[in-house]
Amino acid sequence: MAITEENPGYKWVGTRPIRPDGLEKVTGKAQFGADLMLPGMLFGKVVRSPHAHARIISIDTTAAEAMVGVKAVITGGDFPDLAANGAHPSEIDVANNTIAREKVLYEGHVVAAVAATTREQAEAAAEAVEVTYEILSHVLTVDEAMADGAPLLHEGMITKGVDPAPEEASNVASKILHERGDLDQGFGEADVVVEREFTTKPVHQGYIEPHAAVADANSDGRAHIWCSSQGHFQMRAYSASVLGISPGMLKVTAAEIGGGFGGKTVIYLEPLAVRLSQRAGRPVKLVMDRDEVFRATGPTSGTRIKVKMGVAKDGKITAAEVWMAYEAGAYAGSPVGAAGMTAIACYDIPNFVVEGYDVVCNKPRVAAYRAPGAPMAAFAVESVLDELARDIGMDPIDIRLANAAVEGTQASYGPKFPRIGFVETLEAIKDHPNYTADLGPNQGRGIAAGFWFNAGMMSSATVHINENGTATVVTGSPDIGGSRQSMALMAAEELGIPYESIKAVVADTETVGFNDVTGGSRVTLATGAAVVDACRLIIEDLRARAAKTWDVELDQVEWVDGQAQHAEGAQPPLSLKDLAAKSGRTGGPISANASLNSRGVGAGFSTQLCDVEVDPETGVTRVVRYLTAQDAGRAISPDYVEGQMQGGVVQGIGWALNEEYIHDSDGVMENPSFLDYRIPVASDLPMIDCAIVEVPNPAHPYGVRGVGEVGIVPPMAAVGNAINDALDVRMTDLPMSPVKVLEALNEQRD
Amino acid sequence: MKYVAPSSVEEATSLLSSSPSAQVFAGATDVVPQIRAGRPAPEVLVDLKKIEELVSVANDEDKWTVGAATPTANLTDDPAFSEEFPGLTEAAGLIGSDQIQNRSSLGGNLCNGSPAADSVPAMVVNGARAVVAGPNGTRVLDVAEVVTGPGQTSLDADEFIVEFEIDRIPARTGDAYLRMIPRTEMDIAVVGAGARITLAEDGSIEHAALALAAVAPTVVRVPEAEAALVGNTADDETLSAVADAASEACDPIDDKRGTVAYRRQVAGVLAKRAVLIAIERAQQRNGTN
Repeated sequence: MAITEENPGYKWVGTRPIRPDGLEKVTGKAQFGADLMLPGMLFGKVVRSPHAHARIISIDTTAAEAMVGVKAVITGGDFPDLAANGAHPSEIDVANNTIAREKVLYEGHVVAAVAATTREQAEAAAEAVEVTYEILSHVLTVDEAMADGAPLLHEGMITKGVDPAPEEASNVASKILHERGDLDQGFGEADVVVEREFTTKPVHQGYIEPHAAVADANSDGRAHIWCSSQGHFQMRAYSASVLGISPGMLKVTAAEIGGGFGGKTVIYLEPLAVRLSQRAGRPVKLVMDRDEVFRATGPTSGTRIKVKMGVAKDGKITAAEVWMAYEAGAYAGSPVGAAGMTAIACYDIPNFVVEGYDVVCNKPRVAAYRAPGAPMAAFAVESVLDELARDIGMDPIDIRLANAAVEGTQASYGPKFPRIGFVETLEAIKDHPNYTADLGPNQGRGIAAGFWFNAGMMSSATVHINENGTATVVTGSPDIGGSRQSMALMAAEELGIPYESIKAVVADTETVGFNDVTGGSRVTLATGAAVVDACRLIIEDLRARAAKTWDVELDQVEWVDGQAQHAEGAQPPLSLKDLAAKSGRTGGPISANASLNSRGVGAGFSTQLCDVEVDPETGVTRVVRYLTAQDAGRAISPDYVEGQMQGGVVQGIGWALNEEYIHDSDGVMENPSFLDYRIPVASDLPMIDCAIVEVPNPAHPYGVRGVGEVGIVPPMAAVGNAINDALDVRMTDLPMSPVKVLEALNEQRD
Repeated sequence: MKYVAPSSVEEATSLLSSSPSAQVFAGATDVVPQIRAGRPAPEVLVDLKKIEELVSVANDEDKWTVGAATPTANLTDDPAFSEEFPGLTEAAGLIGSDQIQNRSSLGGNLCNGSPAADSVPAMVVNGARAVVAGPNGTRVLDVAEVVTGPGQTSLDADEFIVEFEIDRIPARTGDAYLRMIPRTEMDIAVVGAGARITLAEDGSIEHAALALAAVAPTVVRVPEAEAALVGNTADDETLSAVADAASEACDPIDDKRGTVAYRRQVAGVLAKRAVLIAIERAQQRNGTN
């Protein structure tokens, strides 16, 4: 179901053609990161710390080096010491997370890597690397890390964002603060105040394809990397930094990707593969197994969040106070900054304080995960808002409408909102039959909303017109959510040729201009705008060629329906096919490049309606009905837009009900497999109903906002609110597993 | 690691006798993941699926004979078997996924020795017997006697199960199996409960069997619950006694899949529910076979 403000009569934008990558994927032909085989290629294996926190006393590689088939063994000492070279702290952290130098900071932290002729030889050699550790005390949660006298991960870490700066080092990397108005006055005006405390566990992005990289180093210092990533230009920059070389020395080719969700915007294996290849003089492949993916790659933060909110009887929120601490894992950089900016961004609240802390602990370094930081904050805020609505007897949609941010609202994080579609998502839920569907015994209904900025950043595109009038659209944005289709649809609309006549490809770092990562829901917006720009340059060129052919002024030529038309109809039209065939006589090949720093990001909002059924005797929660309404701005490819909306919801349901990192008291992860790290399976879920709302972003040629992320923001609160509606228990600790729900019900019965 | 696929029971037993580190497998849906996860690989892996008796299902007037390596999909696809033992069929059909079902077997599910094996409580309440082959011929033991602890069985290293015998179900008898998992499939039981009930002609309970999975080192029978049921009907008081006895029979652990308190409480809930389903099925099977 789409709600379209105006129908501009697009021919291709908004249609649902067959996806361009489908055939290769279903026939197994698509080449993912682990599929590449090169002549003479070696297999690598990474050696990882078994300890959560330890000092490396020594690493003895002699036994491993002497083993049959072993061609290279590397440790942290094989990489430049960026700290000694005065590199930026963030670069030093990336390097130290790639391979530890002095200390290991989490179980799974890389200490060495080997390359050998066979995988078995590499595994045996990895076992033979002898590492001597001095085990240190560890901290696993924000509570432990922030406690007085807590062991420190980084002895020189002085909290940023505090004035005056603290004198003592701590595990708190930084503090963020947003405030407006007068909190005391705001709470004084409230008729009802609710205060709750929430906790969430780290959860993994859960992409199906593990990280993989192949590197082939040349003796001149150059190297070619093939890897599964969300941004091969980013992989090039990070890898070059860790290796201490110029980015131009590396060529990076993006493999087909089996899911990223933010977790493949960072490097793990690439520099290791390059160094091993340099040492061995042969190509080297490194592939993680699932256990390594869980233990050593990006979960998102576990958190503790306190929310106090007050409302007047008319539903207006008078004040909000939010305190949040986010686990960063081993190095500074939790998404608490985005959490602080998004926590109350859906609403126009006169008085608030949002305070947040970025806290390091002995777990894998967090990586971006779909709207990083926002879902946990929304779980807390939207749960409290649900309780406030109940307390004043107001409909949960109406209380959100009463406070909704609209065009001109000063966002809680600073700027004034341009045209946004939050209200429209609330109305779409209210208008949907699910909103009034009957509920059975032990069933409940919950509502929650979410905000995400969406991003712009830098993109490049090249469009080539082939000699038969078809087109190739080249970008450097790895396709994780359907961008090849959306690029082709926008190009078809611009050029006026069929979608099927266009092939969209993702080129390597040496074949197309710079592109930032595929992340922030930015590709259809920014890379799409670059494609549109390149197409418009092509059309200018085509008009000029037609004018030249007809010997008329340029302004006499219009581009309509894929052909050059003479303004007064004095000449028969020239189609793209005609012009392509004559290109050799009208100026040569037809091609155009466009690069841009994206203009006009359009914020995204999602409102979701969840019906659950809870088994009161076992605590098992099943989602029985689910509706998500999201403002896409414009759905270029509605199939993929719905896929993104549904995917975000499903990941959120997993986060809500079952997903969590479980560590033992030594800081060792206990559930590093999909058996015990429970992402939802298909039979766990109903069809996720989608209401695409289209409130076009005025700053994009087709009104695109970006759709990849905001869908994961509301589900945890929507599920929690539904459980509360079903059985009157307020769940404040994720996941809302059967064990915890049953405990809550037992307490209620006592 | 060597792979061998004998075509007869005799060939398999002599292979096992001559290679001390040989290990049998049926579907390999446990063995292969265990080796991949780092468990030492045996020198010889013996595939039992090529032996006719181990992959066949038959019945006569007295009993069903189910080959130990028969894919569980063959049981769930067998209308006569699943009509007679719906609880055992459902339990077998819960193992893994659709794809796994084409490989997984009752023999493998039992001999893997997992306390959480779904088919075991259902076999136990149906009084299934294991026919075990070894170098000195065959012996028969109750399924409940096979597993002695997590990953441990009472079979010798050169023995394996050829087939299971299950007596034809009497009149007015029904079985049931329920398990609790946080998901809906592709998971391991946090608690499992198998029940079988035979009703007397007056509708009261004549025989009862109840067995629990994943709440102790092995599958446990709950005689106190069975005693509470016999001679009674499924009234609230009886069901409450069943639930209490089931909770009491648990000797669970706290682990990543559930807590002691949760397992105890839910064992009672599932025991009660499984008994109710078994009674309903028994009522529907009022005649003879």
